[in-house]
Amino acid sequence: MSGASSWSFREDDAKRIQTILSGFLGESNARTALIVDRTGQMVATVGEAPAFDPTAFASLTAADFSANDQLARMLGESEFGALFHQGERESMYLADIAHRVILVVLFDNRTTLGLVKLRVKAAVLQLTQVFIEMFNRDGTSAPGVESEFLDEAEDEIDKLFGA
Amino acid sequence: MSMINYASREINCKLVYYGPGLGGKTTNLEHVYNKVAPGARGKMISLATETERTLFFDFLPVDLGTIRGFKVKFHLYTVPGQVYYNASRKLILKGVDGVVFVADSQIERMDANIEAMQNLYENMTQHGYDLSKIPFAIQYNKRDLPNAAPIPELQAALNPGWPVTEPMKQRTLPDPHHESQFLVAQEDGHWVERAPYFEAVAMTGDGVFDTLKGISKNVVKTLG
Repeated sequence: MSGASSWSFREDDAKRIQTILSGFLGESNARTALIVDRTGQMVATVGEAPAFDPTAFASLTAADFSANDQLARMLGESEFGALFHQGERESMYLADIAHRVILVVLFDNRTTLGLVKLRVKAAVLQLTQVFIEMFNRDGTSAPGVESEFLDEAEDEIDKLFGA
Repeated sequence: MSMINYASREINCKLVYYGPGLGGKTTNLEHVYNKVAPGARGKMISLATETERTLFFDFLPVDLGTIRGFKVKFHLYTVPGQVYYNASRKLILKGVDGVVFVADSQIERMDANIEAMQNLYENMTQHGYDLSKIPFAIQYNKRDLPNAAPIPELQAALNPGWPVTEPMKQRTLPDPHHESQFLVAQEDGHWVERAPYFEAVAMTGDGVFDTLKGISKNVVKTLG
């Protein structure tokens, strides 16, 4: 696979992340934890299934985080490692993981920001470990797709966008 | 930076429409949104000002369906064209898999096109990406207007080509979309490659899908 810096996400990665996040949700009483990559793609969702469009949510999250990164630099900070958006009932807490993905925690008044922040620290550390391993691995052996895939993808493109 | 998610069996590719302000980038996405089967596309998100000028980006996910067990999705983004929004424009390029430059064909917009193209090269370089190595296409929009510049003039200004240094690539490659034109050719003893180009009238939809088809096929090829 070529491209800027591609990476892949395997079944066992998903399981490890699921375990870390399930543990975190249990300890913090938060509703949902999502992993979004910095380019705006949803990587994983754990906990209560959100009612919103996850694709749109992921693209906005990445944009939100990137814009805030730039604001941090203007203030002379290298980044804002975490962001918090407070609503009347629903709130969200975002934390950087290994500079490549974002952990998004959705919570309501069944818990508090203090508890979420306290419990998220360990989760962030563990996730950072997992993602760094993943990115290092892909640097050496990124699996591509089969050649039949490319032919079929071309046919689908013709069908969808008009031959 | 297409991401292959083996856990959810998804491949997502990011396409960015770039170009000068009021060139028709948002109109391209709106046409795709209106014409693609509703089941194959998600919600279109526009972060725009009250006067409908793009402030941050427009976003439209298009679902190609399941291919060999993988759900393949294209995420279409536009950037704000206005010069002073460069900070947000640059952010959108992060992780891009394919770029469409939407040029405004009107003679009066030539300088704006050139400035936007230079800005694209600069922002790509700052991200560490090389535009000559990732799928890239140019769309000459507004071809129906009486003041549209001739194609050769636009090509000379915006798509002069880049040198082909790899010996493997130094062979004549015909342009599949334009008869007796070439994407790779020898000129004055040097091998030169140009980005494929498409003519369009995004307001009526002419050329919008040709462009999208062209770029998405090239992006899919990079997955192999």
